[in-house]
Amino acid sequence: MSVLVDKSTRVVVQGITGKEGAFHAARCKEYGTHVVGGVTPGKGGTTHEGFAVWNTVEAAVRQEGADCALIFVPPPAAADAIMEAAAAGVPLVICITEGIPVTDMVRAKHYLASTTSRLIGPNCPGVITPDEAKIGIMPGHIHKRGPVGVVSRSGTLTYEVVGQLTARGIGQSSCVGIGGDPVNGTNFIDVLRLFNDDSETRAIMMIGEIGGNAEEDAAAFIKAHVKKPVVAFICGQTAPPGRRMGHAGAIIAGGKGTAAEKMTALGAAGATLVRSPADMGATVATVLGV
Amino acid sequence: MKIHEYQAKVLLREFGVPVPDGDVADTPTAARAIAQRLGARVVVKAQVHAGGRGKGGGIKLADDAAGAERAAAQILGMHLKTPQTPPEGILVRSVWVEQASAIDRELYLSMTLDRVRATHVVMASQAGGMEIEEVAERTPEKILREWTHPALGLGDFQARRLAFGLGLVGEAFKQGVGLIRNLFRLYLAKDCSLVEINPLVVTKDGRVLALDAKLNFDDNALYRHPEVVALRDVHEEDPLDVEASKYGLNYIKLDGSVACMVNGAGLAMATMDIVKLAGGEPANFLDVGGGASPEQIENAFRILSSDPAVKAIFINVFGGILRVDRLAEGIIAAVRKLGLTLPVVLRAEGTNVEQGKKMLADSGLSLIMAADMGEGARKVVELAGRAS
Repeated sequence: MSVLVDKSTRVVVQGITGKEGAFHAARCKEYGTHVVGGVTPGKGGTTHEGFAVWNTVEAAVRQEGADCALIFVPPPAAADAIMEAAAAGVPLVICITEGIPVTDMVRAKHYLASTTSRLIGPNCPGVITPDEAKIGIMPGHIHKRGPVGVVSRSGTLTYEVVGQLTARGIGQSSCVGIGGDPVNGTNFIDVLRLFNDDSETRAIMMIGEIGGNAEEDAAAFIKAHVKKPVVAFICGQTAPPGRRMGHAGAIIAGGKGTAAEKMTALGAAGATLVRSPADMGATVATVLGV
Repeated sequence: MKIHEYQAKVLLREFGVPVPDGDVADTPTAARAIAQRLGARVVVKAQVHAGGRGKGGGIKLADDAAGAERAAAQILGMHLKTPQTPPEGILVRSVWVEQASAIDRELYLSMTLDRVRATHVVMASQAGGMEIEEVAERTPEKILREWTHPALGLGDFQARRLAFGLGLVGEAFKQGVGLIRNLFRLYLAKDCSLVEINPLVVTKDGRVLALDAKLNFDDNALYRHPEVVALRDVHEEDPLDVEASKYGLNYIKLDGSVACMVNGAGLAMATMDIVKLAGGEPANFLDVGGGASPEQIENAFRILSSDPAVKAIFINVFGGILRVDRLAEGIIAAVRKLGLTLPVVLRAEGTNVEQGKKMLADSGLSLIMAADMGEGARKVVELAGRAS
């Protein structure tokens, strides 16, 4: 088992004729992901680097049964692309795009609530189930199939922990990047619930960062519901208040959202805390007893 | 992005939010002329991107034009220090001169994103003029909140509820409702991340006015607001931050001696954390982006090494798809071109790692390689300590 994506997932790439879209569609396909083609409005009926192109997501769903949309559309049109995928009935929408205006995401998230679609991201690396499907921009080769579910707000820091795990021979069930924006789709709790219910996942590695209170909410959920060991790292322990640390969502505002607060909440919920990012893999190994 | 109070007040006026009559001046003489035109008691306010200006001596009352000129002479050119400024203060380059208001009541009004509810929230309080964080901490019941509809915006009934909650009655109530609606219109139209009016006042003659105005904007939405971008005052930002933003680098200067160059915001924060854990102090946050192209590397090196406090540089790149040989090429070219003498510790993961490492080893440059980020942090902190 795994969560969200597997061999049977049929992916349509929105923004496939763009540089990023084309590059990563090819990488996903190489990994073994079933990429059915892409969408670029106005270029329907053509092919781009071997991929079929449609004008609308709806056409990709109708003709190829796409059940996952991977979005590389530039920020000004990205929120609309998310809504288009949801309107076409795509159950899983993964948005990689970084830099979407907050007001656009507020509207898109509201729209999604009236549909049955689940959004991952935006501003995230995507989702991978090792050896089955890579739907995103993460480097596939660093992953290995195994018992650890990884959920993170950050991209390259996720690669870091995966690299540490794989180097110790510890594999991953699925890795989910939920993104670094203040308004996103799927949150920590949603993914924790999936991992908790997934028979293959034996431990959960959670990577949070400063800003907001998603980690505190996750802590409450862990305490009440999660039966598997959770290892947690929060980056931004040294971040100054009031400054946005790259991600739009990573900002300590009004003295709230600090790493210390989040670590205290997670520790009290029974999660094993990691102080140094160099020790993430080793801590998971200890927790798993390997 | 932040703007000055005077710029915010011009925007407020444009959207029908009443502010005291006034104008901006960058010389005492100009301040005098504005006060003369206003023909009444005036307030002279330092224009810097920081709160707490009154306590730092950046806001003065003047009875007449001559007084306004004297006040402006004192404020202009001062290095204003408040709890929100760097310790050395911020140089005041302009003042806002406005008609003094006879204040009956001081209220609070703000608008921002509520991340938990994923929509915008309008907050109001009768406890105006104070630090709102303190009010929220001690007496949360004194803060009224109305969550706007993500698609429909702020309902009139919500604006009325806030105005009633602020204790506004009669003509002031009508003005208050209009002001709240117009301010939210501005908030949405300009993609603000924060609008804060503290204080919002009711004057003795019954008018409702925005006495102060703080507007911040969503950086991600600036592309559709060139008129807002035009208001940017780079004097208010760290020169290195400004330089970095030109090249699309995400850079924030800090006070330590270990410079960090990292790809990705989360890994960049984690790198700062591990430097601190190793006993060092990070000199900056720097995210060079996913690609880490040779141009980015060169610009990043130039910015990092122009900070005199920097004693060593730690490059931590987990590329995956990124080619380490290309990264090595960029590093070698940049170090040679810039004549960089600072010690550099490199930790890189990605494709063609071995080839990249060999290129660096053969380059004759004194680069120190690290197998993982823990080792890299230890080495760079040691080097920075030795150099200082």
